[in-house]
Amino acid sequence: MKVIYTDVLIIGGGLAGLRVATGVKERGHDAIVLTLVPPKRSHSAAAQGGMQASLANSTMGEGDNEDVHFADTIKGSDWGADQMVARMFTHCAPKAIRELAHWGVPWTRVKRGDRTAIINAQKVTITESDEAHGLITARDFGGTKKWRTCYTSDGTGHSMLYAMDNKAHQEQVEIHERLEAIALIHENGRCYGAVARNLMNGELVAYVSKATTIATGGYGRIYSVSTNAVICQGIGQAIALETGVATLGNMEAIQFHPTAIVPVGILTTEGCRGDGGVLRDVDGYRFMPDYEPEKKELASRDVVSRRMTEHMRKGKGVKSRYGDHLWLDITILGREHIEKNLREVKEICENFLGIDPAVDWIPVRPTQHYSMGGIRTKYTGESQTLKGLYSAGEAACWDMHGFNRLGGNSVSETVVAGMLVTEYISDFLESEDANLSIHTSMVEKFVKKEQEKIDALLSRENGEDAYELRRAMEKIMMDDVGIFRNGTDLQKAVDELKSLHQRAKNIEVFRSKSTAANPALVNAYRTQKMIKVALCVALGALLRTESRGAHSREDFPMRDDANWLKRSITSWPNEEDSMPTMTYEEIDIKTMELPPGFRGYGKDLTQHNPQTKVRQEEVDTIIQELETKGASRYELQDALMPFLDKLPKKYQGKNERLGESL
Amino acid sequence: MSEPRTLTINILRFDPHDKNDVPHIESFKVKEADGMTLYVVLNEIREHHDNSLKFDFVCRAGICGSCSMLIDGRPGLACRTLTKKLGSTITLAPLPLFELIGDLSVYTGKWMRGLNERLETWIHDKESSFNVDALEERMEPEVADAIYELDRCIECGCCVAGCGTIQMRENFVGAVGLNKIARYHLDPRDKRSDEEYYEIIGNEEGVFGCMTLLGCEDVCPKELPLQSKIAYLRRMMLKTAL
Repeated sequence: MKVIYTDVLIIGGGLAGLRVATGVKERGHDAIVLTLVPPKRSHSAAAQGGMQASLANSTMGEGDNEDVHFADTIKGSDWGADQMVARMFTHCAPKAIRELAHWGVPWTRVKRGDRTAIINAQKVTITESDEAHGLITARDFGGTKKWRTCYTSDGTGHSMLYAMDNKAHQEQVEIHERLEAIALIHENGRCYGAVARNLMNGELVAYVSKATTIATGGYGRIYSVSTNAVICQGIGQAIALETGVATLGNMEAIQFHPTAIVPVGILTTEGCRGDGGVLRDVDGYRFMPDYEPEKKELASRDVVSRRMTEHMRKGKGVKSRYGDHLWLDITILGREHIEKNLREVKEICENFLGIDPAVDWIPVRPTQHYSMGGIRTKYTGESQTLKGLYSAGEAACWDMHGFNRLGGNSVSETVVAGMLVTEYISDFLESEDANLSIHTSMVEKFVKKEQEKIDALLSRENGEDAYELRRAMEKIMMDDVGIFRNGTDLQKAVDELKSLHQRAKNIEVFRSKSTAANPALVNAYRTQKMIKVALCVALGALLRTESRGAHSREDFPMRDDANWLKRSITSWPNEEDSMPTMTYEEIDIKTMELPPGFRGYGKDLTQHNPQTKVRQEEVDTIIQELETKGASRYELQDALMPFLDKLPKKYQGKNERLGESL
Repeated sequence: MSEPRTLTINILRFDPHDKNDVPHIESFKVKEADGMTLYVVLNEIREHHDNSLKFDFVCRAGICGSCSMLIDGRPGLACRTLTKKLGSTITLAPLPLFELIGDLSVYTGKWMRGLNERLETWIHDKESSFNVDALEERMEPEVADAIYELDRCIECGCCVAGCGTIQMRENFVGAVGLNKIARYHLDPRDKRSDEEYYEIIGNEEGVFGCMTLLGCEDVCPKELPLQSKIAYLRRMMLKTAL
């Protein structure tokens, strides 16, 4: 048995994983990153449009700060987010972006003087100030009050990931590529690392660590069409679930991005609409102002995706052999703008559609894009139930997104969570709790169990075809657990997935019997795990009899704060269980800085909780009292919901802005 | 509508872990579909013809650089190659010069990591301290744009596979390496002096090794200005050497 010991094992080499690895190294601890692919090929690279941070440098961002970013994030989440975590996040986003600037990201900068922009299909002139010249600029994104999304053209994730990986090189972070964690090693409620399989030679390796971090991204690939990279299969969530101890949060909270190209589902950034692009129907008519007169195309993603679907259901979609779609029109932005600020979009249009987006409209429709749910953690990033297991980024349910994530908040979360979780892990490592107390025979038991599972897949006869089961799962998720959901379809989905889960126990790897690099074997064990994750999503969606954010029930259109202001918690206590176990975690209104309200889209369909009124009155009183005393916005915030003491000391400081000196 | 074409896909296959295997060409027939890319073709072959076929895709959108291979002899990204742009017989081979994992899967990541470590492709700045709370350092907008232009490299390895020099000089840094140096040289945050850059690439494994065949420029999927950057570095290095 090959055993490798380290202080921190990090599973996943995207932005979040690399930030944690770099950070713990800087604090003097050992770290090993396990990754399926070279880190620079991670899905973080696909983030196009930008990273939200309230720098307020550009004229259109004037007056922006942590408070505005916080309010946007909470409204965006449909009050499902953990407000403490969202506060920690918005406070640290400016720090994270400035750190990345220091590490080499060539953020697009403010240029003094006049420039032309398109707002609401009109040409307008924006004048940038002299004093902002050369600072990081920002573009508009959906669901935000200010232009806050910082970017490098539309290759933001790429530039961030490259800078981050280069920093990891500099810090000499050890990276083990093409190694896949297939099970966590744990005993008595404590995680001690993972069993990993080398995807090149098939060898199983035990990585034994004091702390383990899962940063494997989302689970979009349980759907047949997704903007996600093909490796975003939810394996990180699955191995946490399979411990029977760690829990997952809000798995049913799935985001559909309004503008992925048809049919392949590749993303075109929200920056297209942020920069002034519009949506058109079969008649070439711009329909969004009819539905959302105020925010139009720049309503929150869940809202735009639903409106597009509604409009297509009215027969206003464009018919194609791949089903209905709508048009994204960015021709109005002009060639120069497209070739400078939307060049990935241009390349995608040319290569996959054979069109020129400066002249032609882009065929788009809402497509699975982001997993708000994930490994449920405390604000420290540590699992609530499995000590020593941490998670950060899309893999986690930390939970700053609640039931809908704002565009530009995901890459921002990866680096902010990475920064913070680094410090909490390091503190843990420096405490007595971190000592390893696991017998090697126990480690061996875990490795042996995985080896037996693989042997069984390769030697079984008359078994099931993994590809067939996987396609069936993907179809169920697409058809029955999509943008609009209802009890009948969801019940059917749960029943069918339950049966697929049983059948998946009998998977046989046909023909390809190699124990080394073997894509069929990989597909077999991943399919078993993916079906479990899919079952968590479908069951969560079935049981949640309300509509909140991206979870939209046709049979329960109200957001039900009276009964459903809570987080779904999923676990799988016994391996033999045929279904996951669901419990709920209350979201406490009494401690909220921003009590539940109306998001401002369509009709207000909220069933309010009686607590809301009480807390709103409290909040109003506090604000009024402090405002008469002339309190600063920081004092006001602190009176409503103190959070600074939760942050590592080094990140507690205020953020400097042009109008706000240190 | 006319009958869809039946494509013949010839794949150069070899499994280095299989002692009995030798490199050989295997052919598959696939019915062409509308908008079909090599990503779709290869997955169809794996799912319906031969589930042991090895290849690498990650983003499948031309962004991550995982799927470079020889497509009818020319290095390119398979994911964004539409079959309709190719003939009805398509020959695929793994990208040369990189460690072979099996079939069309090569270990470009390992090579690139070695390169990045060798060229130290990160910001070198010992003097300035970073204050996490303070306003970011300013940068001229045009400078930031120019850096991004070169930062767009996706380390796919096509330029290395298309390079004549590297066939002769095994340790040549390739256009990918030279482009990275041009990128950091442009970046005011990197405080390395011209002399320090000269130490890294002012030799035959660096900018003076290039034979200016410029296959790199022809095959770069991101259309990076490799030719002009190599010329620029050469002038700069000559000046430094004098």
